[in-house]
Amino acid sequence: MTLEKRKAAKWKVVINIILLFIVLIWTMPTVGLFISSLRPQDEVMNTGWWTTFTDGTRFNLDNYRQVLGGRDHTYVDAAGNTVRASGDNLSQAFVNSLTVTIPSVIIPLLIAAAAAFGFAWLEFPGRKIFFTIVVALLVVPLQIALIPILRDYQRIGLTGSYLAIWLAHTGFGLPLATYLLYNYISTIPRDIFESAFLDGAKQMTVFTLLVLPLSIPAIASLAIFQFLWVWNDLLVALVFLGGTADVAVLTQRLASMVGSRGQDWHLLTAGAFVTMIIPLAVFFGLQRFFVRGLMAGSVKG
Amino acid sequence: MSEQDTSASSGGIGGRAVVTLGRILISIFIPFVAFVVLWGGFIFLRDTNAPQGIIASVAIIWGVGGVALLFWVADWVVNRLPLQTAKKLQPFVFVGPALVILGWYLFIPALRSLYLSFFDARSQAFVGLQNYVFAFTDPKMLESFVNNLMWIVLGTGGAVGFGLIIALLADRSRFEKFFKALVFLPMAISFVGAGVIWRFVYAYKPPMEEQIGLLNAMVTFFGGEPQAWFTMQPWNNIFLIVILVWLQTGYAMVIISAALKGIPSSIIEAGRIDGATEMKIIIRIIIPSIFSTLVTVATTIIIISLKIFDIVFTMTNGNYGTEVIASMQYKQMFRFLHYGRGSAIAMVLVIAVIPVMWYNLRQFSKREGF
Repeated sequence: MTLEKRKAAKWKVVINIILLFIVLIWTMPTVGLFISSLRPQDEVMNTGWWTTFTDGTRFNLDNYRQVLGGRDHTYVDAAGNTVRASGDNLSQAFVNSLTVTIPSVIIPLLIAAAAAFGFAWLEFPGRKIFFTIVVALLVVPLQIALIPILRDYQRIGLTGSYLAIWLAHTGFGLPLATYLLYNYISTIPRDIFESAFLDGAKQMTVFTLLVLPLSIPAIASLAIFQFLWVWNDLLVALVFLGGTADVAVLTQRLASMVGSRGQDWHLLTAGAFVTMIIPLAVFFGLQRFFVRGLMAGSVKG
Repeated sequence: MSEQDTSASSGGIGGRAVVTLGRILISIFIPFVAFVVLWGGFIFLRDTNAPQGIIASVAIIWGVGGVALLFWVADWVVNRLPLQTAKKLQPFVFVGPALVILGWYLFIPALRSLYLSFFDARSQAFVGLQNYVFAFTDPKMLESFVNNLMWIVLGTGGAVGFGLIIALLADRSRFEKFFKALVFLPMAISFVGAGVIWRFVYAYKPPMEEQIGLLNAMVTFFGGEPQAWFTMQPWNNIFLIVILVWLQTGYAMVIISAALKGIPSSIIEAGRIDGATEMKIIIRIIIPSIFSTLVTVATTIIIISLKIFDIVFTMTNGNYGTEVIASMQYKQMFRFLHYGRGSAIAMVLVIAVIPVMWYNLRQFSKREGF
């Protein structure tokens, strides 16, 4: 018995060492990025970030100042020359990303919650066919919509506007949101609705005062999911927001920095970290809801 | 409402007509006001030169408030209609907006893309199957098919495999939460951000200089020659797929881990009492009982790998033999402005997901209550 126990304890240690090794591999790239973003340009370009641990370094926020700023920026390089560099204006892209993301999360969730309530609790002709279409659309690749919708937008002059991208994200996010909220709302006990209707409540009242508050857990999980999806999206922004700098979102700016400043590692690392700040905050703050949202299903077109 | 009705009936025919007319006018007036407010917001947003922060706030209030306003107005109007009609229309106040948007953004575009795929670059002349011939014979397209297949097999296999291994190991560790959180973390990072992270890992410098990329530093540490990983065909595809595996393993792990917790411990105990080794228990008991979860996770990642775009677009832009279907479609749309070919390639993606769609629909039709 004691021998077996000792053997089991040994196994536990081995398992933990293997896991520690895997986790090290998994986090090293991100840690390297973060450390590099705080190092001065000449160090980032010439020595590996791991040398920080042995050689020491003078961490500063210069790289962040430069990628966030919109104006030109001067600094003194290692040889003592004053260098002018153009800013990447990520702070504006940051505001743009927020402007794109917040409505792109709230609008589809509002519309999907209403639709889910309709599908779950109201009788109307075509209910089953329409919902079958929603299920079928769950996995349709959004690439299918790019060309037709782009043509519509060009015709009504909507390309490059926020409305254009809000509607696009709404359309692409709706199938999953409707489907998952339907799953949730349809499990609300029937008695609750019946007593509300008997008391003479209108359907809109039932929806806003009963269904929406009861669905908060499901809506919260979905909101995190949709938030990360929209914030991290590149393709939809590229197609519908166009290339103009004043509306470009973070992912677009970062992608174009990779193209134009592929070797400026001090800027790329800082830029990448700027795009990750909000998702990481959401991730650490709301991990529980996030995991719950993932569990509910995540097949999305 | 009821007070109005009694006053109308006591006021005779003339009074009733006035009330009805008033109602109709109000019914038109309210939506009109709503429309003016929304249109005003749109014009303001289109033409303003206000500071970015103000535009953003107005845009958010306008967009979100506008949707709520539309719902409210639609409900208000429907409730002014005769009772029978109102009852019939009421459900559509709720499902209508979703149906219109889904129709406009996904359902009808699928049909329109099918239609456009039979026309030329500018969608003017009918060209028959020419775009599909291009899609299935062009060397670059064939390259993208092979690459996409690699993405699907290695990306999905890698993410599900690592996810399963980590979930099984973490299940047996006291620090499960800590390990899982760190593997899960990349889920929050965008494909573009992950691209930059890994670009840095793969960074290349000539052999004489000090390597700043982790991978080349390790290679040179062990006495090897530094490599320009992104131009190494066909291995560069695998270096890109590693990024997807790194991102998606956390997802697979979380779902599989939850399924593992759902296995009744009595079955596993029974296996242990029968003297089965840990490996046998995993293969004979655990994997069969979470098989449906593995299928779901794999399907999700297969679809993600099928549509992979961002990683290729930012890392290599499809050069050095790394083209995938979605990047080909993007190029046809924006570089060559060939809407016919772009649509045909999009249809190829749709055809590829039809089996999954069919499976989903079959599962759905089995469900009760619909």
